Formats: sequence, structure tokens, C-alpha cells
Amino acid sequence: MNGGAARPLLDVRDLKVGLPTRRGFLPILNGVDLHVKEGEVLGVVGESGAGKSITGLAVIGLLEPPARVDGGEVWFEGERIDGLSGDALRRIRGARIGVIFQDPLTSLNPLYTIGRQLTETIRTHMDMGADAAERRAGELLDEVGIPAAASRLGAYPHEFSGGMRQRVVIALALCANPRLIIADEPTTALDVSIQAQIIGVLKRLCREHGTAVMLITHDMGVIAETADRVAVMYAGRVIEDGTVAEVVRNASHPYSHGLMGSIPTIGERVGRLPQIRGAMPRVGAVPDGCAFAPRCPEVRDLCRAERPTMMGGRTTSAACWQYSPRWPDTAGATGPEEAGPGAAADG
Amino acid sequence: MTAGPLSGGGRVMGALYRGADSDLAYSFRRNPVVVTAAIVTLLYFFGAAFADWIAPHTPFDPSTLSLGDAEKPPAWIEGGEWRYLLGTDNQGRDIFSTILYGSRLSLIVGFSAVIFSVVLGVGLGVTSGYFGGWYESTVMRAADVQLTLPSILVALMVDGVARAIFAGTDIKTDATFAIYVLIFAIGISAWPQYARVVRSATLVEKSKDYVAAARVIGIPSWRIMLRHVLPNTMGPVLVIGTIDLALAIITEATLSFLGVGIPPTQPSLGTLIRVGQEFLFSGQWWITLFPALALVLLVLAVNLLGDWLRDALNPKLR
Amino acid sequence: MAEMPLLQVENLAVHFCLPVPVAERAMGRKPKVLKAVDGVSFAIGKGVTLSVVGESGCGKSTVARLIAGLYRPTRGRVAIDGHDVTAAKDRTRAIRRRLTMIFQDPQASLNPRWRVRDIIAEPIKAFGIAGDARETGRQVDGLLEQVGLAGADGEKFPHEFSGGQRQRISIARALASKPDLILCDEPTSALDVSVQAQILNLMRDLQDELGLTYLFISHDLAVVNHMSDRIAVMYLGRFVEVADAAALFAAPQHPYTRLLLETIPDLGMTGRDREAVAGEVPSPIDPPSGCAFHPRCPYADKRCRTERPELREAHSGGVAVACHAVEEERLPPAPAGGAADG
Repeated sequence: MNGGAARPLLDVRDLKVGLPTRRGFLPILNGVDLHVKEGEVLGVVGESGAGKSITGLAVIGLLEPPARVDGGEVWFEGERIDGLSGDALRRIRGARIGVIFQDPLTSLNPLYTIGRQLTETIRTHMDMGADAAERRAGELLDEVGIPAAASRLGAYPHEFSGGMRQRVVIALALCANPRLIIADEPTTALDVSIQAQIIGVLKRLCREHGTAVMLITHDMGVIAETADRVAVMYAGRVIEDGTVAEVVRNASHPYSHGLMGSIPTIGERVGRLPQIRGAMPRVGAVPDGCAFAPRCPEVRDLCRAERPTMMGGRTTSAACWQYSPRWPDTAGATGPEEAGPGAAADG
Repeated sequence: MTAGPLSGGGRVMGALYRGADSDLAYSFRRNPVVVTAAIVTLLYFFGAAFADWIAPHTPFDPSTLSLGDAEKPPAWIEGGEWRYLLGTDNQGRDIFSTILYGSRLSLIVGFSAVIFSVVLGVGLGVTSGYFGGWYESTVMRAADVQLTLPSILVALMVDGVARAIFAGTDIKTDATFAIYVLIFAIGISAWPQYARVVRSATLVEKSKDYVAAARVIGIPSWRIMLRHVLPNTMGPVLVIGTIDLALAIITEATLSFLGVGIPPTQPSLGTLIRVGQEFLFSGQWWITLFPALALVLLVLAVNLLGDWLRDALNPKLR
Repeated sequence: MAEMPLLQVENLAVHFCLPVPVAERAMGRKPKVLKAVDGVSFAIGKGVTLSVVGESGCGKSTVARLIAGLYRPTRGRVAIDGHDVTAAKDRTRAIRRRLTMIFQDPQASLNPRWRVRDIIAEPIKAFGIAGDARETGRQVDGLLEQVGLAGADGEKFPHEFSGGQRQRISIARALASKPDLILCDEPTSALDVSVQAQILNLMRDLQDELGLTYLFISHDLAVVNHMSDRIAVMYLGRFVEVADAAALFAAPQHPYTRLLLETIPDLGMTGRDREAVAGEVPSPIDPPSGCAFHPRCPYADKRCRTERPELREAHSGGVAVACHAVEEERLPPAPAGGAADG
């Protein structure tokens, strides 16, 4: 597993992020393990507060100051990047890791033309003349499906619609032919019928260029269509990791299983949606043991006492004691807590 | 209409940080300058409230004055007496005592003027933001016009007009009347900023769904404004009000210094400075210096409190 | 459908005038008109859920707000149980009590300075439902328990709750006046999926228990599919298709409905490639001529570009479609359950 040659493109090990406050150090990520292989699309899913966006920011060194990395390692292309200086990280960020954020308006400078922003980014990261850079900018816009691309180089961001802007952002991320793109909720701000277009563009380009993608989103539909592999996050950790088909249809971890079940689909109509009771614990209030234990239908004493590590589940790996030889077959002394009026509500 | 929960990492982080650290009391304790300013302000309030008991002399009772004690320097200078800690003026009044009484007047005028402009400005701001239309335009244009005039000029004009109107009636000579005119003059010059701030806050709150929810069940407009909108616009008003208190005190002092404020029989800090400056060149510097220092200290302390409040209540400035 | 529908809406429209700068107004430029809702008719029977689905900016939320009386309609008529409530003066207390609203953003729909108890008690007091303060308190406790919270939660402030819990408080407030009709404006789209399931289940349980009628506004077809009896698809201020939920998903008629069903990312689509659908939603300020959907429609012809189609009963019963191509039967048959058997 540690063989240098076999190391995946991006390897995140036991990443911890926290926020120093006057009430003490508030842990946000409690040891995230994930990796992205060459040319692969990894979907990182989780509900808000699970830490998926923070993971993306921490990997590329864009955490907002009071928060800081508190342990763990980030390896990219065989190089450890978590301790690098701001400058070195910035070089990696443009050239070898592309970034796409949720809101295309904040990623584009409203004062400069699209063409200028593209050519500047290209010339910063690649050894290219002005003319060549402009030609490449035109090609990039063409690739992301902007009609009459070359003539749109002189346009300003506000002249584009939301979907077109997000295409420009994808073009910006692809400027220097990065090996990896980190996309944080790239379609959330867009209309439903536009989402599909953007997903399509991202998928096609990454396949053509062999770029790997770490796709962070709360939208399981987007993940289901786009990702090869899925990492499910819960309360600041990855709790399941497997191929997309397995995680969607046959998840091993009770949380992922419940999560997939609770999503209404267009295909079937059910009387009641299966639901997970309660809500994810707030940051700073994550219980000892398994963070999902208070909501888990299968909970045993073991789960409350000790935090499970990733284990081979049925088809994926999951951080759940069920897949450990130590799992007691009979239900533990205490089953799920009685769902009183208060306990039935999330929280 | 976003298609899902907001999950930008930065926003999450900001909310977390604010939630954990925005406690007003904590930010107060952590800041020694602010603590000092608060103590100084409180001392002023205390001194003003209990001037009758604290002041060693009653400077405005002619029967207790003796011209023999006139123009005594502060106690630590040769010729000074410890009875008159900060010296006496030309009529033998104790400077320390006059400062205590003067601060009381300055604070009363300042507070009343701020309350007056808050009531006026907030009332106009909430109603104009809530109802909109020609009413809003009228109020806001009036505010714009008034903002082009320096507040001291507005106060001078109001003061002059009031005096002209009441000239010839016997209330003119009354010192309390002068105080009412001052409060009105200073208060009327400050309402536009409250109206503007509250109006824009009202526009924001009005568009929120809790107001819509109240409207759906038919809660009357005045009640929505009073119970729903108003409490949610008070943060900035508190901040401006504090900073404005310092300004009002200064304006009062300026007006009094110019001679259109409070008469020397019941002097405020400004009046004391004006009366005292006549003696500057004859060497009795203490008569004007100590009231001036008292004014500076009070205004500085209140201003510091206001600045801190603004920063502490505004998460964007952190 | 012999009995009178609970909610009847006829030809409802609202046009907003966009402000024009003074200088341009002086030069004689007319203010632009945004036709947010442009002639919408429907009826909802008691105990039924009608959903209005569409993309952002199509006017679906405005429909709910018009019915709630938050905007004054430019034309058209709204009737509740036969009582015309189009004009504000006709909204008597007795009528207002019968319809309430649940909003999208659980953060903004609760006054942050009020205790939950006071928030839920507001409608009870406004309509004089409880006799005294003790009775009010008892009802608030009952409502809190009905939505799965505890009576003690009433003493807290909204910010002490999670998004899902806040939406439960919103629902409790909506139930407080014992309404018949609840207008639900994207009630779960700001929530996480596992919480969304809880809220949707709660809403359905309450409907069964109390016989509520829902007008359900959403952009999420899967959620709509789960919640609705009937569905209206809205595009740029007008309904383009109205059908029973099952029929809509099994045999979508209007090209826009088909596009929506085809493009929405869905769990069942794992690993499937889809055709990219071109085009953007046009601006409602300057909508296309004729059928508003024609620039994106693969079946558009000359008639579509010039003549606006009206909502008409299509060949199969219970389905109304506004499309020339459907009327002329020049559309290929519906992709029979392309998504429905996902």
C-alpha cells in the first residue's frame, strides 16, 4: 500500500482540520482518508456539515485562516503537499490541480473579459506567447461548448448566463491541463435543465484529457451519473468508499444505505420514504465511538464505545463494526433508543 | 432559488467561527481599552447622577460663594487650596463642582437629543421602508436635503428660529427652555442617518419570509412593523446611537461655546469652556482647561464604546 | 368531481413593472413589464395535492404568493371554497384562517428574535382560536408534539434548531390556525436529503390525519412525484402541461416536460450517458414570441414561433397540454416511461 509507484494521484491520509476558538479547539475533520486514481472521477458526498467542502479546501490549501490543518498527510503525484508554502501551493493549484467552485460569478473577475482571464491563466502556468495563449483560450471555450467561442473572448462575465459562466470556469480550470480537478458543488447554483449540460461537459472533457476529478456535492443524482467511485462523508470522516453502483444500490454502511433509501426517485412511487431519524451531530458535538450510533438502527454497545475504522464490507469498504469479527450477532443489550416525541425529530 | 443547501466551505466556516466566538461579553473583556472607556463613561454617569451629593460645593447657590475665594489655582499649585481641588473661577465657584454639574447637563442634553432623533428617524425609517411609494421618496429626499446641511448649522438655525418665535414671551429667559430648544435643535439634525439605516434594514427584513408569514395570516401592518421588523433593525441603531451620543455632546458644547446654548447661570461643559476662555490670557488657564479635558475624556470614552460596538456587532469587520 | 373544489384559480396573472431610471423615463422609455405569472387556471379538490413544478424564474413561487394574498393579481380570480378572495378586502378572517403557507428558507421564515412558542402562538392569537393564555400554551405544546418536537422546545429561539427542526416549527405554525389548504413553497429544497425525507413523510402523515390540501411548489421532479396527485409543469409564467402524477411520468406530452424528465440527474441513472440538451431558459422580461419554449424545442415550426398555444385537453383524458405539436399529433409518442421504469 505504501509502494511509491502504486501511490494514487491524490492520497489523503488521516486529514484533520480544526478551528481554534476560545472554548477550545473545535475539530471539523476527524481523520479523512480518501484517494483519487489517475483519470478517475471520485464523488465525495455528504450532507451539509459533513466536511466535504472543507476537505476539498484543505487539500488545496485554501482553508480560511482561523481553521487549520491539524494532522494527516496530503500526497499529490507522489509529492507531499500539505506542508508546502502558499506560493508553492498556488503554483500547484493553477497548473496541476484545477478548481471549480459552486458560484461561477465569484470565480470570475467581473472587471476583465473572459479572454483576458483565460489567457492570463494560461500564460501564468504554461510557457506560451500571447497569440498562442489566445488561440488556446478560444479552443478551450470551444471545447466546453460555448458557441462561436472565438468571438466571445471579448465578452465580460455578466454577459453570460449562469450555465455559460460555469462552462467558462471549467475552461479556466482546464487551462494548464491539470491532472486533477477539484469541483465543489459545480452544478448546485444552476437550473435543473442546465445541470445536466454542465455535468456532461465535465465528464466528457475529463475523459478526453484523462483528468481525474474530485467531485464534491450533496446531490446524489449528480454523483450517480458522473462518478466512478464514491466516498460518503459523515461528521468529518469518510465512512464508506466504493464503486458508484455499489454505494447507490447496495451500500454497506447503515448511513449510506439509509441516505440512498431516503431519496425520492422519479422511477418508483412509495407510500412513505424510508427515513433516518435524527440529524447529523453538530461540529464539536460528535459522540465518542461511531458518530452515527445515535441514529443507527443496528447500534450495539460496541458502536458507542469504540470508533470503527474502515473495514471490508459486503462490496465496499465501510467504517462499521458490522463487518468486524467482533460484531455481536444478537442485538446488544440496548437497542436503538426509544423514539419519543423529541427523539423522533432531527437533532 | 438554489437547488440545494448552501455548502460552500467558507460560509460554513464563517458561521462556525461567529457562533463560537461572537459573544459580546467576551469581545468586551478581551479589550482593555474598551473596558477603560466603559469605566470612564460609567464614572461620568455616576458623577452626573449624584452630583448633588458628590460635589464638594454647590456652585450655583450665590449664598455659598465668596469673592475672596475667586480665581484660586488648582490645589497643587502655590496659592491653591485642597478645598478647591481644581481651583475656582472668577466668582469663586469650585471648578470640580461645576464640571460635575456641567457634565450632568451635557449628558442630559446629549441623551435626550439622541432619543429624540432615534424616535423620529427610526419611525420614519421603518414606515418609509415598509410602505414605500411616494411616502418613502418624500421622507428620503427630505433626509438627503438635510444631510447636505452641516448639523451644527441646522442646530443654529433651529435655535435662532425658536428664539425669534418665543422672543417677547417670558419663557425666553428660562434656562430649562434653552435646554429644550437645544435638545430639539441637536435631535432634529441627526434623524436622517437613523432613517436611512433603518429604512434599508427594513427593506431587507420586509422581504424575509417571516414577514410574509405574518401577512398571510392578516397581521396588521403597524403590528408587523412594531413586533417583527423593528426589533430586527435595532442593531445598527444602537451603534449609531452610541457614536451619536458623543457627537450630540460635542454639538451641545459647540453651541454653548458659541453662546446660543445653555446660559452661564446653569453652565454645561461648553458654557464653562466659553466662560473660562476669557481668562486664558490673564493666566487663569485652569478655568477653561479642566472643563475642556472633561469634555474630551467623556467624548473619547463614548466614541470608543461606539466603535467597539460597531465592530463587535458587525461580523463582516472581524 | 361534483363537489366544489377547495381552491379555484382562473386566468390568474401578475405583471411587475421594473423600475426605469429617471433619465431614461424622461426620454420616454416605457417601463419594462415582467409577466411573472401570465394566465394560470387550475382547481384543487379537498385532500388533494397539486404540485407546480418548473425551473427557477418560471413563476411557480409567485403563484403560491398570489394565492396567499402577498401580491395583488393584475387579472384573474382566486376563490376558496366558492368565496372570491381576489381582492384584499374579501379576505375575511374566517377565510384567512383556512389557508397558510410554508416557506423555502427555514432560516428566514422564523423571526430570529421570537421564541418558538410565540412564533407558533401568533396565528392562534390572531384568529382568537384559544380562549386564554393557558389554552394557547396547551395548543402550542400539542402542535410541537404533532410535528415531532417536544413542548419544552417552545422556550428556545429558532437559531438553536437545525434546518429540519426549523421547518418543523414552520409546519407547526402553519397548522396552528387549523387550515384546510397549505401552500408549500419549496419546503424541502433547502434541506439535506435525509432530513427532506423526514419532512416529506411528516407532511404526508399530516395530510392523511387532518385531510389537508396542499399546493406544492418545487423544482425537484422526484420530490413532486413522491408528493403529488396532480402535477402542473410551468414554463415562463404559464402552465404547459397539467396531468395526474402517474400519467405525467409515464407518458409526458409537452416537449418541455420530456426535457425535464430526460435531464434531471437521478439515482437510477448510474453510469448512463445522456444527450446534452442545448439551450438556456430565456429571460421572462423578454420572452420569445409564440410558444415561449420554441427556441429550445426540437419540434418547433412556424406556427410555434408566432402563435401562442393554449392549454387544451389532450387526446388522453385528464391531461391538458399547451403545445401545437401535440395538438397536431406531430410529436413522436411519449418515451413511454423512459424515466418511469428507471
